[in-house]
Amino acid sequence: MWQFVREWFHRLGSPRWFYRASSSWLPWLTILTGGLLTVGLIWGLGFAPQDARQGNSFRIIYIHVPVSMLALAGYYVMAMAGAVALIWRIKLAEMVMVAAAPLGAALTFLALLTGAIWGKPTWGTYWVWDARITSMLVLLFLYLGVIALSHAFTSRDTAYRACAILGLVGTVNIPIIYKSVDWWYTLHQPATIKFTSAPSMHPAMLKPLVVMILGFYCFYALVLILNTRAEILNREQRTSWVKELP
Amino acid sequence: MVCAGGFCGLLRRDLLLALRHRSDALNPLVFFVMTTSLVPLAISPEASRLAIIAPGMIWITALLATLLALDGLFQDDFSDGALVQIILSPMPLWVLVTAKVLAHWLVTGLPITLLAPVLAMMLALPEAGYVPLVVGLALGTACFSLIGAVGAALTVALRKGGVLLSLIVMPLYFPVLIFGANAVHRAVDGLDYAPVLALLGAFFAFALLTSPFAAAGALKVGING
Repeated sequence: MWQFVREWFHRLGSPRWFYRASSSWLPWLTILTGGLLTVGLIWGLGFAPQDARQGNSFRIIYIHVPVSMLALAGYYVMAMAGAVALIWRIKLAEMVMVAAAPLGAALTFLALLTGAIWGKPTWGTYWVWDARITSMLVLLFLYLGVIALSHAFTSRDTAYRACAILGLVGTVNIPIIYKSVDWWYTLHQPATIKFTSAPSMHPAMLKPLVVMILGFYCFYALVLILNTRAEILNREQRTSWVKELP
Repeated sequence: MVCAGGFCGLLRRDLLLALRHRSDALNPLVFFVMTTSLVPLAISPEASRLAIIAPGMIWITALLATLLALDGLFQDDFSDGALVQIILSPMPLWVLVTAKVLAHWLVTGLPITLLAPVLAMMLALPEAGYVPLVVGLALGTACFSLIGAVGAALTVALRKGGVLLSLIVMPLYFPVLIFGANAVHRAVDGLDYAPVLALLGAFFAFALLTSPFAAAGALKVGING
């Protein structure tokens, strides 16, 4: 058993093995993602009941919530890949980290955008300096910092390691930033509408949301793998196995 | 003992260098004064309106001034080769990084802290806000220097590192700014500001514990360009 885990771990460290293996995962993952997203979208947008207070405008929740969850989780994916790259010097982890940064930034931006679109009919304004919105904005800044740093170096190895360090520093700071923003908000208590995301959502509304969340997780994995494969080809372009690819 | 010798030696050297290049050290201070004096021109010279925004404005300009000075923390030593000697020395690198950060704070953070009450007076900050402003800025600028050292180390070999440095470091400054500006606001409103300053102090202690190690690791990566 232990032998197997170790072998698998070593193999996972090889970009070449990952490139080959992921080619066989991709079709299945694409089908799964497409199926889940289609079912979730049609169910959520077409068949889920209307919200009593918000009417049809609440349906953007089926995009907003999964995207926000992944935007947050994506930073930890990036930071953990960075930590693995720093500690074990695994090349593949470095590539996953660099692939996760633009993806996470895009998701964070989408979360802010859908939130703003949702805010207009429900609160009457696109932007409120609310604790959660502000935290998401800071998260976007953190992502942009990592992306900017990854493009700044001429040596790719240095860029990877610099991003890994920055990602780790950001990870340590994220809880502190969140707590401080939360605390800042409660102190100011502006007269805005509170979030009405009731924890007791009706099952008829919750079920499509769960499907959408699962679908977006698959989507994240799919795009991450595609980005990583592109990064592998980019970085290993001088090796013989890449040249032999059809 | 050897560590203390290296620490003091590097501290003395950095302070001496700052003394020889006085204008380099003065520039962030002039920037601090200039940007703050833009505020009444842009918003309103009325004391009542200035008093409301004074704490936040002073904190933001102090943040920008420290960011401006951060660029030179490792850059000069890198370009004349001294940084490589520092890294190669048998002393633990984090001790030397701490010395450099302390020297940097003494040259920029401390003068900014001492200048702040004068600017606060010009911006009509109510008297109750002076003590938390000075104590908060002393702790806050130290946090800025400590956290900023990691960013400065990562971007040390980049030719256009300045803007990038501010970009990667600024999100990490958010908590300091929130606590610092809020302590002054609370004092002006007649509330107890000690807990907020205590939180800022806790943040400083945490940054002091962790960031020299992170900056030392970052330096070893960053010098490769």
